[in-house]
Amino acid sequence: DTLLELSYLVAALLFVFGLKLLSHPKTARNGNLWAFGGMALAMLTTLLLHKNPEGEGISLANIWIIMAAIGVGAVIGWIIARRVKMTAMPQLVSFYNATGGAASALVALLEYPNAVAGDVGSILVTVLGLIIGAVAFSGSMIAYGKLDGKVGDLMKPFMTYLNLFLMVLTLGLGIYIVVSPNPPSEMIWAIYSLLVLSLIYGVMFVLPIGGADMPVVISLLNSFTGIAAAMAGFIYNNQAMILGGILVGAAGTILTVLMCKAMNRSLINVIIGSFGGGASAAG
Amino acid sequence: MEHILQYFFEYKEAIFIIALSIFLGIEVISNVPAVLHTPLMSGANAISGVIIIGGIILVGHADLSRFSLDLVLGILALIFGTLNVVGGFAVTDRMLEMFKKKKK
Repeated sequence: DTLLELSYLVAALLFVFGLKLLSHPKTARNGNLWAFGGMALAMLTTLLLHKNPEGEGISLANIWIIMAAIGVGAVIGWIIARRVKMTAMPQLVSFYNATGGAASALVALLEYPNAVAGDVGSILVTVLGLIIGAVAFSGSMIAYGKLDGKVGDLMKPFMTYLNLFLMVLTLGLGIYIVVSPNPPSEMIWAIYSLLVLSLIYGVMFVLPIGGADMPVVISLLNSFTGIAAAMAGFIYNNQAMILGGILVGAAGTILTVLMCKAMNRSLINVIIGSFGGGASAAG
Repeated sequence: MEHILQYFFEYKEAIFIIALSIFLGIEVISNVPAVLHTPLMSGANAISGVIIIGGIILVGHADLSRFSLDLVLGILALIFGTLNVVGGFAVTDRMLEMFKKKKK
């Protein structure tokens, strides 16, 4: 148990160290490797040392299933990353960001029934993880489609209001789930509705934004994925997930602002400007 | 409201971590040159794949004695998480490889 906590600390430090090296041209490639090492360490020690609240470790049968799933994901992820054309890399980053968001949303969805009725705090982080993860997933998929030329820009004047309405509806349902005294087993319909609403909101959020602004949007959605992972970290009270997630959330937000500056635009301009008469944003 | 406050009190160490990580994240990034924006975004994206630990815990303690939708979704979460981690780090590495060649 102590060993696991210690390995999470080392992993978290490696994330910070890796990110630091990644921000300098000479050391960037090593930084990426260090961060990967941290991830591999955290994955391995979780697999071998994690115990649930009842004190049971992960059984061998489950370990095999986990290894198989990781194997499938690793092979597919590696092959796509190696084979894709250099020019197609930004959309690939968006695609991988989408898969991370999907994983966060699924973890939150599946952990929700285990929450205790009235435990507002843990239901709150679960609901937040679900909403943010789902928006990051569907938003990133649209961003991927736009950069890949599969999805065009769609700007209609009414979309501002529709999006506002969708956002209020999604948050409203989220708040209802958090404050409801009903046990989660009676709220399954609500959590699935929340998932669907969040997915729709993610699509509608990115659709009106101009194709030229996609890198900024991907960076923003990337910080969403980090925050969603951190929320899931709260569910498990897992320091590596909380620190890693928030680190990406903070770094991603700053990076988004820096990217906007490099393009001589403000973030608000990118997000809101495209809703209104920001036709100049379309590219 | 007091529920939420109580929750935050219970998890005050985590709140502490959050506050420090936000500063850390901002500090670590603040001086990055524009050429590294995309690789850095990609690297940070791979780190957000840390959600995979949640997937491992989820499937690790899943009941395998009967088939369920939850198990399928859990395995799907694991596959998605791995795509994010492995794909993310691999793409970042390829970008930086290209970057190095350009400099020469």
